[in-house]
Amino acid sequence: MISKIEGDVRRFRDIVRGRIRRDLKKYMSNGEMIGRKGKDFVSIPLPQIQLPRFRFGDNEGGVGAGDGDEGDSVGEPGDGEGSGKAGQGAGQHILEVDVTIEELAEIMGEELELPRIEPKGERNIVAKKDKYNRIAPVGPDSLKHFRRTYKRALQRQISAGTYDPSNPVITPQRSDNRYRSWREDSKPERNAVIVYMMDVSGSMGDAQKEIVRTEAFWIDTWLASQYDGLETRFIIHDAQAREVDRDTFFSTRESGGTLISSAYKLCMKMIDEEYPHQEWNIYPFHFSDGDNWSGSDTRDCMRLLTEDMLPKVNAFCYGQVESEYGSGQFINELKKSFPEDERVILSRIENRDAVMESIKTFLGKGR
Amino acid sequence: MDHSQFTQRFRQGLSEDLKRMQDEVEAVAKKAGLDFFPVVFEMVKPEEMSMLAAYGGFPQRYPHWRFGMEYEQIHKSYSYGLSKIYEMVINTDPCTAYLMNVNHLTDQKLVMAHVYGHCDFFKNNMWFGGTNRKMLDQMANHAARIRRWIDRLGTERVEAFIDACLSVDNLIDIHAGAIQRQPTGRNDLREQIRERARAGETPELPDAKNFKFDVDHSYMDEYINPKDEVLARREAALEATLKPGKVPEKPERGVLGFILEHAPLHDWEADILGIIRAEALYFAPQAQTKIMNEGWATFWHTKLMTEKLAHANEIVQYAESTSGTTAMNPRQLNPYKLGLELFRDIEMRWDTGRHGREFDACDDMEAKRTWFVDERGGLEKVFGVRQVYNDVQFVDAFLTEDFCRRQGFFAYGYDKKSKQFLIESRQFEEIKQKLLTQLTNFGQPMLEVVDSNFDNRGELLLAHRHTGADLQMDWAETALGNLSRLWKRPVHAETQLGGRPVRLSHDGEKPSRTFLDRKESEKSPKKET
Repeated sequence: MISKIEGDVRRFRDIVRGRIRRDLKKYMSNGEMIGRKGKDFVSIPLPQIQLPRFRFGDNEGGVGAGDGDEGDSVGEPGDGEGSGKAGQGAGQHILEVDVTIEELAEIMGEELELPRIEPKGERNIVAKKDKYNRIAPVGPDSLKHFRRTYKRALQRQISAGTYDPSNPVITPQRSDNRYRSWREDSKPERNAVIVYMMDVSGSMGDAQKEIVRTEAFWIDTWLASQYDGLETRFIIHDAQAREVDRDTFFSTRESGGTLISSAYKLCMKMIDEEYPHQEWNIYPFHFSDGDNWSGSDTRDCMRLLTEDMLPKVNAFCYGQVESEYGSGQFINELKKSFPEDERVILSRIENRDAVMESIKTFLGKGR
Repeated sequence: MDHSQFTQRFRQGLSEDLKRMQDEVEAVAKKAGLDFFPVVFEMVKPEEMSMLAAYGGFPQRYPHWRFGMEYEQIHKSYSYGLSKIYEMVINTDPCTAYLMNVNHLTDQKLVMAHVYGHCDFFKNNMWFGGTNRKMLDQMANHAARIRRWIDRLGTERVEAFIDACLSVDNLIDIHAGAIQRQPTGRNDLREQIRERARAGETPELPDAKNFKFDVDHSYMDEYINPKDEVLARREAALEATLKPGKVPEKPERGVLGFILEHAPLHDWEADILGIIRAEALYFAPQAQTKIMNEGWATFWHTKLMTEKLAHANEIVQYAESTSGTTAMNPRQLNPYKLGLELFRDIEMRWDTGRHGREFDACDDMEAKRTWFVDERGGLEKVFGVRQVYNDVQFVDAFLTEDFCRRQGFFAYGYDKKSKQFLIESRQFEEIKQKLLTQLTNFGQPMLEVVDSNFDNRGELLLAHRHTGADLQMDWAETALGNLSRLWKRPVHAETQLGGRPVRLSHDGEKPSRTFLDRKESEKSPKKET
């Protein structure tokens, strides 16, 4: 019976996907979705999917019942309708649609034409999992398989000629007992770690951080769809680097100078200690406004990259967020040092609208 | 096949104790005086209940994404524990009702009693008199027809057309089944005269008597109705009759029906539009009698449960479920609650003689409070009321000031300054007026076709009968665009916006607005941003 509505549900989902795809650029640049992320799905507001009708505006009022004097408030428009923020003007009924993260990544992949990532062969590690799909002649009583045990005993009695159809009593012996048992299932598991690094020196303002936040959301979404397990780590730096949690990462603002190499060093330490590169796909992302303290530190950075980081990671991504203070020199240095290197992906993000293009650059190489 | 044989045959899905329960409830309901179609209960799973709710109660509907959307919303809301559908019943003969298999047994009993109330209402309320009681089959036919069009023309094309139809399916004449507003064909005197004129005959002049004013005294006649004057009026009327008139002659409320008759639709388009219109008309009486229907069913389930059906150990469960369905939200009138209380109030008033001129004229509050005339006509009265009233009439006739005060009703409005809804008044007249306005035309704005050849360009002009509340403009403009898909020419709708008369137009591509109170010189269609 239920299958009847499935066609309609599928059609509805198709339409939703179409709308999301059409407005993907808008969603990608305004970061609205980030706050709507649950564990497995993202709740997306779609204003235009209901059937428009001739109807009264929402502010007509009505009749209610309860306590209160004339002039007392009985609530605001949109109360109890569950829309996140008050829309423009009264009466905007926004439909919230839940889309799974996987589905969102799929839409994004199709729209941006992102290639699927080929994980490096020897970096696959094998995860072992126990699955109860086997029957064994020994085991604990709690796992006894009664039907199998009965069948076994029946077989034995029939073949021994002790089975009497008029009095079908089956008496299992010890050797008839069968138990549920497990088998080790090995499955190659591909894990990835993203190390986000961000410059939090005075020249990175809130607008720049918001861009990084939006980018990080989409990068997470895509890479999570490509790997079985995804971990994210966060490093902020000014003249010194330290590891922080996600919230701190996006809200900290310091004022000191900038030594980019400090972050790269910490990142390498993290990788060497916790994420052996034979087993992990590693993605360091660095966002900065391109201002570094000194030329010598920049040289340190290049050396760290060439000698230490690049051989171990899938790709090193550098996003330069334009700010009015930064000189923006760092990206040029990187370009000079690694003109041909596929593993170094550079992107310049001028404003919010460039987020989509920049994500395409980062993820479009399929590394 | 009589009643009991029928129910025996058709309720295979129920377990033995539920069958026994149905027998018990049915017997009690019948004894209480309810008169219903045979009822077939079906036991469904929560997903099925959500699906049926999305389908408006019918197991077969045409394919459309809207049902999928509604299913997702209903089922999500159920899964999160935000809402629960106890029962659903559809207006057919035999009456089909669904029970949900996860519900408590006491709730099933309550629901059965409730369903018999609904079923009595469907059978006896006159507003349902014109509905098709074989709608299960009809809906399945509609589904099959639309599927066939989809097979032939493709999902996208048919779906886009259905979208356009649905977007204006509230523009129906809810009384279309009961009366004929526009005289058609041979019934129309004017049409007869025209026909004779076309045939080359000299049409007879209509009877001179029709053009005279009434006079009380015959000697005044020649002064009030001078001969020349009457003759001139007669001729003018004939001339007006012979001239090809505006279509429609009088404003037409059934916009969909009008389009069906006059727009250049393809076969498939006309078929689909007809289906959407028929379904909208089928569902209209339910929207027209929401308060009464739910009130009646609740009135009876509470009565039957507390007086006859509920055992002592079921009372708590019963009370919890009933208080849930009759709870009031400060900003929304609960039709269950309002209807229930009104029916109870009517019963009480007609039992104790608190009605009629003598009672109304009495201004001694103490005497009114303790008023008692042993009439015992309450039950008879409520049965009479459920037979002939709809919501508007029901509220108009029986919502009394005393009742309003007891229920703590207030009227509220939107305050632009504080951006909040504020309680405006506890005055009885204002509350009643507001409530009646909300119920008129089942809460939908009333738009009528006034001209099908607007501006002499074959464009459709609608007029909105403005009753105080503005239309929601963005939706109205999009809906107008959908209307132009059906009409295949630009369409216009005259309404008001913030107290100014405005004409919304849609040429099929983009909407525009013209304020009608501007001077000719500054008139320029304002583009929609």
